[in-house]
Order: sequence, then structure tokens, then C-alpha cells
Amino acid sequence: MSVEKKKSQQQSWEPKIVAFLCNWCSYAGADLAGISRIQYPPNVRVIRVPCSGRINPVFILKALQSGTDAVLVSGCHPGDCHYVSGNYYARRKFEIFDHLLDFVGLEKGRVFFSWVSAAEGENFGHLIKHVVDEVKKLGPAHKLVKTIEGPVANCQQTMVEG
Amino acid sequence: MWSKEITQKIRATAESLLLEGKVDLIIGYEAGSTPLRTAPSFVRSAEQASLLVWNPFCENNLSVYLEGRKEKVGLMAKGCDARAAVVALQEKRIDRDRLLIIGLPCSGVVDRQKLAASVNIDAVKAFSVDKDSLVLQTEEEVRLPLEDVLHASCKTCSRRNAPVSDIFIGEKSSEPQVKDEFAEVKSFEGLGTQERWRYFRELAQKCIRCYACRNACPLCYCQECIVDQTQPQWFGKTAAEEDTLIYHIIRAYHCAGRCIDCGACSRACPMGIDLRLLNKKLQKDVQELYHYIPGLNPDEAPAFGTFKLDDPQDCITEK
Repeated sequence: MSVEKKKSQQQSWEPKIVAFLCNWCSYAGADLAGISRIQYPPNVRVIRVPCSGRINPVFILKALQSGTDAVLVSGCHPGDCHYVSGNYYARRKFEIFDHLLDFVGLEKGRVFFSWVSAAEGENFGHLIKHVVDEVKKLGPAHKLVKTIEGPVANCQQTMVEG
Repeated sequence: MWSKEITQKIRATAESLLLEGKVDLIIGYEAGSTPLRTAPSFVRSAEQASLLVWNPFCENNLSVYLEGRKEKVGLMAKGCDARAAVVALQEKRIDRDRLLIIGLPCSGVVDRQKLAASVNIDAVKAFSVDKDSLVLQTEEEVRLPLEDVLHASCKTCSRRNAPVSDIFIGEKSSEPQVKDEFAEVKSFEGLGTQERWRYFRELAQKCIRCYACRNACPLCYCQECIVDQTQPQWFGKTAAEEDTLIYHIIRAYHCAGRCIDCGACSRACPMGIDLRLLNKKLQKDVQELYHYIPGLNPDEAPAFGTFKLDDPQDCITEK
């Protein structure tokens, strides 16, 4: 790849962010942001999950491995869980996992955890702006990203882009 | 303490338990293929009880073999075996009334790799324990202080006796005063992000993905491990660093709040990877954040099986 081409690619680079949103709060919050015409960067790909307690850390690692630049996980505020306590259990898992990722040397700002309620459309917009800003500062992800030449890589690429 | 008398007592106890029908099976150790090895032993009849041995090479965590047992089991347990059994009880993997924990006084098990530094272990014909030293019979007699050749996990262990036991054989070992069991983790945390990343990349390059660490671990009991699943396939099967590193992260994470630091994973590793580092880090975090030490009380809820309303949430982005 020529230097100019690389440069122009860097300039046009936009982060890809996978957001796991819980069905009852954060997804509805994102919906509200949409209905209220709140502007936020279009870098997130939303995956709806039943509860933040549904998040398996493997999801996060797999997303990073497949070439997303950051992962956002968001659920109901503590006390608001549709399933009463799912997010309390999730909170423990997230906290420990966050420490672990830092320990293995993954830079801060690749994985975000947050609480957004169904009424916080505006906050959702702010959150996405914040996440995108942070990830833009860091640049494209390299750690944990699987790069293999050939058909496998192409297939993964289409999965991420598609 | 390691002594011949304990071995005799173990055999006598096993014999009477089996004869009285209190247990159907005793899981213990028998002599291995070479003098410095032991193998797990499954004793089903009183006559077989004489196979059992007790020495500083009884290193396997026998709780691995509790999985799926229908019969009543007597488990020869060092501190770590018993704690792993307690985790199994907490997780309702075994019934308390079908498990008889036979506590044994452990003084730490010997790391053969450390022995290899000062003696040709293939030439060792026999060994004995004399107070605090290990006496190896090669061409000449080699004496090594036990303390120097213990496994890393035994060095940081301050729970050598089973916290829960139905029978205890011999006198309880004195518990060593460990200054800071997380010293290694703390010094590693002190390194820069890039340095830590480099360390784990090198670790991933070394790993051959034999999954011996998983198989030796008393906590890994899933019928189908997530690593082996193919539909969906969460883990890449290649030798790529990323695949291997993710395996190690998840392997450790699955043991978070459960790992009792028996060191079975590190001992099983044919590539000499220090797998305990990740586990120890998780152990430290769980202890600091949730004040929980696994494997002590079967009636306690495990760290990830409970919560508090005011749990710390530093990972949460507020916006």
C-alpha cells in the first residue's frame, strides 16, 4: 500500500463500534434518541440483547477480534432491571472483566460499560458522542484483532462491514 | 507433614471406610510411573487400599474426579482439593451427603522443575522426607530443603489444611505466614500497558492449545466447553495469537471468584506457562472488591452468584 493511500485511509477512517443494548432500557433509550431526532455519530452498530446480564464477555472479545474498534455495553440503571437483578449480577461481571482487560494490556477506551434508561434519549446521544470521541483519539484497534490474509479474512471483513 | 505414618493411617482409614460401606470409592494417590510421580488412584475395595500413598509429589487436584460421580466418594484432600470440593458443593455439582472429605496435613507439594535445577531427576531411584528436607537417592544422596522446591502456588498458600472435612488424618499442618500472596500480581500491574501486552502476546505464542490447563482444573466441568463449541464457534481454532490469548482470558475469567489457586493449571502446562498470573489477578480483584475468598464455606453464595446494591462500579461510563 502506498504511503499516500495509507494516509488518505487514515484521514477517512471512522471507528466501528458495536453496542450491546438491553431491550428494556438502553435500546428504548436509543429509540427515543431517534424519535426525538437527537443527532449522534453514526458509528455504532446496535445489537439488542434481552438484558445486560445476557452479555457474555466472549461477545466483547469476539467483536474486538472481528475488527470493531470499540464495544459499548449498556443496560438499565441499577434498580431498574426488567428482570429485577440482572444488571446487578452484570455489574460484578463487567467490573472484574474491565480490570482483567486492563491487566492483559488492552488500552483503556476500547470497551465501555454504561447505564442508559428508556427516558434518557439525550443521554444516549451524549454517550455515543463521548465513546466515538474517545475511540477517535485512540485510532483503529490493533490489539486482539485477528488479521489473516485470504478467504477467512475477507469473510470476516464482510461480516463486520455488512 | 509428610510421613510414613500418615500413609499407614490413610490406608487403614480407607480400608475401614470401604469395609463399613461408608463410601463406595476412595479417590487418592498411588505411586506413579517414576519415583517422583504419583497418579490418581481410585480405590473400590479394601484390598486395594494398600496402593494409597502420601508424599510431597501428591500434586493433582483430585476434585477434578468428583464430576458426575453417582457413588459415595471419599476424597483424600489437601487444602486445595478440599476447597475445590467446596466450590463444587456451592455450585451444586455434587451432593454433600455423597461426599466424604478426608482432610490430610499438607506441607506443600514439590515442583519437579525446581528439582531439575539441582539434580538429574531421571537418575533419582528413591526419595524420602526427613523433617524439612527432601532426600533424593541418586548415585549419591542429595538433600534439599523442602521450602526451596515447593510449587509457586504452595509458596503463596496459607490454607494447607482442608477448611471443611469429615475426617482429618494426622495433625493439622501449621499454616505458614504469607507476607503478600498477591505480590507478583501487584508488581506486574506496575508495568506499563505495552509491557503487559507484550508479556501476554509472548505467552500466547508459547501456548500450543493442548487444553491441559482446562482438563486439570477442578473448576472446568462443562460437558461441552465453550472453546470446543462449533455452533456457534466462539473461539478460533487457529494458532493465531489472538485466538490463543482470548482463550486464556476466558479460561481465567470463567474461574473468577471460584479459583482456589491450587496451581493445577500451571503444573499441567507442558510449555511452562505461568497460568496462575491471570487467575491470581482475578482472585485479588474479587477479594478487594467483594471481600470474597472462594472455597471456604459451602453455604456461602459465590462472588458472581450474588450482589450488593452498593457494589463498586468504576467501569461504568457516566454521561
